[in-house]
Amino acid sequence: MLLIKNGHVIDPHSGLDKKTDILIKNKKISDIKENISSVGKKSIDASDKIVAPGFIDMHVHLRDPGQEHKETIETGSKAAAKGGFTSIACMPNTVPVNDNSGTTEYIIAEAIKRASVNVFPIAAVSMGQKGELLTEMADLIKSGAIAFSDDGYPVSNSQLMRRCLEYARELNTLIIEHCEDLDLSSGGVMNEGYPSYLLGLQGIPDYSETVMVARNIILAEKTNSRLHLAHMSTKGSVELIKAAKNKGLKITSEVTPHHLFLDDSLLSDYDTNLKVNPPIRTKLDNKSLIEAVKQGIIDVFATDHAPHSPDEKEVEFNEAPFGINGLETAVSLILDKLVNKKIISLNRLVEMYSCNPAKILGLENKGKIEIGSDADLTIIDTEKEITVDVNTFQSKSRNNPFHSWKLKGSPVVTIVGGKVAYSSLKQNPSAE
Amino acid sequence: MSFNKKHLLGIQYLTKSEILTILDTAESLKEISKREVKKVPALRGKTIINLFFEPSTRTRSSFELAAKRLSADISSFSKASSSAVKGETLKDTVLNLEAMQTDALIIRHSASGTPHFLSTFCRSHVINAGDGTHEHPTQALLDAFTIREEKGKLKGLKVVIVGDILHSRVARSNMFLLNKMGVKVVLVGPPGLVPPQMARLGAQVDYNMDRAVQDADVIMMLRIQLERQQKNFFPSVREYRNLFSLTPKRFETARKNAIIMHPGPINRDIEISTQLADSLKSVILKQVENGIAIRMAVLYLLLGGKERDVTD
Repeated sequence: MLLIKNGHVIDPHSGLDKKTDILIKNKKISDIKENISSVGKKSIDASDKIVAPGFIDMHVHLRDPGQEHKETIETGSKAAAKGGFTSIACMPNTVPVNDNSGTTEYIIAEAIKRASVNVFPIAAVSMGQKGELLTEMADLIKSGAIAFSDDGYPVSNSQLMRRCLEYARELNTLIIEHCEDLDLSSGGVMNEGYPSYLLGLQGIPDYSETVMVARNIILAEKTNSRLHLAHMSTKGSVELIKAAKNKGLKITSEVTPHHLFLDDSLLSDYDTNLKVNPPIRTKLDNKSLIEAVKQGIIDVFATDHAPHSPDEKEVEFNEAPFGINGLETAVSLILDKLVNKKIISLNRLVEMYSCNPAKILGLENKGKIEIGSDADLTIIDTEKEITVDVNTFQSKSRNNPFHSWKLKGSPVVTIVGGKVAYSSLKQNPSAE
Repeated sequence: MSFNKKHLLGIQYLTKSEILTILDTAESLKEISKREVKKVPALRGKTIINLFFEPSTRTRSSFELAAKRLSADISSFSKASSSAVKGETLKDTVLNLEAMQTDALIIRHSASGTPHFLSTFCRSHVINAGDGTHEHPTQALLDAFTIREEKGKLKGLKVVIVGDILHSRVARSNMFLLNKMGVKVVLVGPPGLVPPQMARLGAQVDYNMDRAVQDADVIMMLRIQLERQQKNFFPSVREYRNLFSLTPKRFETARKNAIIMHPGPINRDIEISTQLADSLKSVILKQVENGIAIRMAVLYLLLGGKERDVTD
């Protein structure tokens, strides 16, 4: 039994928004009411803290199997716990690609043995992520795949995209699409625009994303399917998603903190930690994405956590791999830049970090605080001031461009299945 | 003359007065190359390494001779003969060379920003000898030096740069430099190779060669790389020549004493007619000659040469 005392509980799903206690028994939430007696129970004092349903990052690269020098299921999940996430969904671009039940089962087994948080594998849409042949989706679902994506690559072939949407619809599973026209982005290493001309780096035009968003929305409409669009980065994409939602299409989407708060003018020193795909765009795109978060056009905050070893990033800009290590800074960034600046409410933050990803991924007992729901909780201190220091990361890698940023607001305790997966509070849960 | 920069990474990071200091220093060093004994002891005891990761005739020899005429010790290597082919990272290669107590590293590399990257961990002075499609600062300096020598001034002139602007480090460095000096710059080429947004770098953009060259004081032609055709930046060499080649007929509409420049290597009768390239209007070989003086000035200023060592 674990008791969370005196926290301000926010759960947009059930409408909870008040100071109350939460009792956890057998990995489930067993009671929610004021003044639960702490006698004989381990308890955490959450006074002056926010208690939210556990945060879910539906876009993470764990690099395991195959690239364990960058990250493992163990280290990536530790980073997630420290970052306030109780569940993560990991993308299939491992080595080998997660396009078969054996790899999916390995990830699940490894997570049971070593992970600090819940790990949900996303399997590939196409064999080897080559964009040619569909994977055995039904079999992969049976093994535990929660969704399908060729993330890292788009499904360029429109016929294959149509077929996978049709097939996924009948299996009631989710397709997550990385929207990029590879001909338009070919050779590019940063956003195309004035800074890319100044730096002499080949640009990736913003419409390399937008044209694919348009295609995908059309295909989702024609196949009457659900479709989730990963890491949206452009104003043009926001406009298309808004129109699709107004039409009632089943389109959902996510945005990363780096696409909300960074722009291409920051690349003036060729910092490879800012090299990411889709690239960080312009201040105008930042503004439009933030507005989309406010208005509910974009549904989810996700990190696209993409760890790379320091050796791989300490090279010529053109040679460096794309990717930002995001799990341990994502929640603080949204707290500081959007919540504490009164651009969005805490309620909206919890929706986008917990309720919405749970709904989109079909995790019925997560993303809410109700009697009987999973005892996954994220406790936040909105006043805690931190200075980002990549050297204190739990992740194996350090490629995070927010190093040395001062941020106000931080996750402080992460509870997964009723157990404390991470805590920065001085107090330990103790029995009275 | 004071010059406080540690590295020469690009023209965009220099002030107008730093540029003038380099040009004026080059002017006073130029005559050394005309002496019978073409050598002064200004950089005696300094060690310089030329790291050329891309093919180069002019720039590499020019830096070598500039260093030698100032009595520095210089060693050059190219990618093919380096450990880069064995998979050594650039950082490791450079750290190993620095362990040999180098004073300056001159780098030519196909990736934009590589000199910046070196400057983040190098103790030595880093000199950019051309990085990707970013900058080629000594080329722009020698071009400005040549224009000033020919025209007696920079301010108020009209310079037209023609060709593959998008991929040209020469065009970028020239644009930055000429812009700081009050020169009107016009960029000309096919639309894909001259994106309209490049105007923000400090130039006018035009897609009509006939119109652009009118009243030009300087016409700077760039080498057109034939592989650009494969990427559909233009349909054929024939069409490119028809629209953008500098022909005698086009050149007639420029100012009376207009000069023709080219950073080399040239494609004869593609971007420029042989007749013009070899004419008295062409200052192409003067550019090469002045390159030595400019590179001597850059080495001298960065490595702290003494004035008394260059005068007789």
